[in-house]
Amino acid sequence: MKFPVLRVYTVIYLIFLYAPIVLLPVFAFNSSKVIAFPLESFSTRWFAEMLTDDLLFRAAKATLIIAVSSSILATCLGVLAARASTRFRFPGKGGVMGLIMLPMILPDIIVAMSLLVVLLAIGINLSLLTVILGHVLICTPFSVAILTSAFQSLDNSLEEAAYDLGETPLSTFRLVILPLVMPGIVSSLLICFTISIDEYVIASFLGGNQTVLSVYIFGQFRFPAKVPAMLALGTILVALSIALLTIAEYFRRRGIAKTGAKDTGGFL
Amino acid sequence: MAAYSLFDRVRRSEAASGVALISPTALYAILLLAAPLATVLIYSVMTDGPSVGVVWQLNFDNYAKVWTEPIYRAVMLRSLLVSFAVTAVTVILAYPVAYFVSFNVPASKKSLWLFLITIPFWTSYVIRVFIWKGIILGYNGVINQVLMGIGLTSEPLQAINYNVGAIIITLAHAYAPFAILPIFVSLEKIDRSLLEAGLDLGENRFLTFLRVTLPLSMAGVIAAVMIVFIPTVGDYVTPTLIGGGKVNMIANQIQVEMLKQHRMALGSAIAVSAMLIVCVICLVFLFLNRRFLGAQK
Repeated sequence: MKFPVLRVYTVIYLIFLYAPIVLLPVFAFNSSKVIAFPLESFSTRWFAEMLTDDLLFRAAKATLIIAVSSSILATCLGVLAARASTRFRFPGKGGVMGLIMLPMILPDIIVAMSLLVVLLAIGINLSLLTVILGHVLICTPFSVAILTSAFQSLDNSLEEAAYDLGETPLSTFRLVILPLVMPGIVSSLLICFTISIDEYVIASFLGGNQTVLSVYIFGQFRFPAKVPAMLALGTILVALSIALLTIAEYFRRRGIAKTGAKDTGGFL
Repeated sequence: MAAYSLFDRVRRSEAASGVALISPTALYAILLLAAPLATVLIYSVMTDGPSVGVVWQLNFDNYAKVWTEPIYRAVMLRSLLVSFAVTAVTVILAYPVAYFVSFNVPASKKSLWLFLITIPFWTSYVIRVFIWKGIILGYNGVINQVLMGIGLTSEPLQAINYNVGAIIITLAHAYAPFAILPIFVSLEKIDRSLLEAGLDLGENRFLTFLRVTLPLSMAGVIAAVMIVFIPTVGDYVTPTLIGGGKVNMIANQIQVEMLKQHRMALGSAIAVSAMLIVCVICLVFLFLNRRFLGAQK
């Protein structure tokens, strides 16, 4: 206890960080229509009401299709980029990696509008596919970040040993490298899935008539009567995100333990 | 035979393998990011047509409009001021947290703390923003109820909702891990014996922090500033939900021009101008820091 001040401060900061997602279920399970204290009574009526809207199911289906496709595509692209950047040296690497990682800090609106401009110019109709194209773009940097740490902790001598034992580069990758980075791949899939489910700007710009969950929730917030049901839906989504992240973190740590590296912590 | 072996050597060379391996991801980024960004740049110096789309006629009227008309200037200025405030608040509030996790948490618990800090960031942004607006900062919100409960005010404060302050709080919440993680990484890299040296040489803890720890963690602080500043300038969800159409930022203006007015060229000029200003600010910031850090040595 050298600096109790810092510990107290950090705990207060964590309360600030967690305030929204702690208050969310409190009001989702509150029977009152009014979103304010004092609470009325425990009720699951908003969860029941939420399920009466057909639009919700269509939006959920669209979201699921987009999230599954974008997380798989982004992770494939992430594996290639992370492997190339950690194993090989080649000209222009810094520039190319910079471009690939750019969507991480570029405002979503810029990514969304520039894609929209091009799609409209070449006459491609907005659909689930166009949202997937955008989501792959913004998920790839996170996938690369996770997988880079997975590939970095690989011991090169394992690969050389496989070559000496007569394996081809392809079979070495499949038999030696892939199993070792598998936890990183699972972790990347889950993180990309979470990002895609929650993303709003690209989904609303490039979705056309296809409404996804985040766009549906955003729209419903305009009607005060719909808000409690949306908080119920939000509770389910936040619980799902936390569950997926916890699994992702478990796999990330297992991956680090597998390759025998030191845990430096964090996804980014 | 010689040609074959040369080809073989090139094929097996490290550079070729690297380029081959990264090419799908690179191609994707070039086609779906670099090319669209270049298109926006070209659109910004074209003329808006009568319907959707642009007329291929070079002119700089869009830029003249964006840089001189009061509404665009007001929105641009507001976005920059909000971003400055968010960046300052986020980075200053984040530093002690990163310091605590790096220096006071046992090594085995560090990744658990970082995991706890990043969880809220990965949950739905739209929902988090709405909770700030509707539940915490709203007229009947938690803050007002607490203030009234402890008797600080007799009626709900209007001032904490639908304004720039509420936008800043919400954004500072949203981008917190972006600030904590880079600072944490730079603090982790500091050789702890340097701190002992500082103490041994008669400096107190505060002076050691000021003269050793802080300068050595500046790289992380600079990264944090950029990573928070750049995306917040273009944030869309927070000003839209919290500002309620009254407190627009750049992203709202771009959305209005592109989707509602169908002025693609003008919208592009706003986007390019905003990114240009952000780049210049970042470069100036980096330059000032280099001088500042240089003077320190």
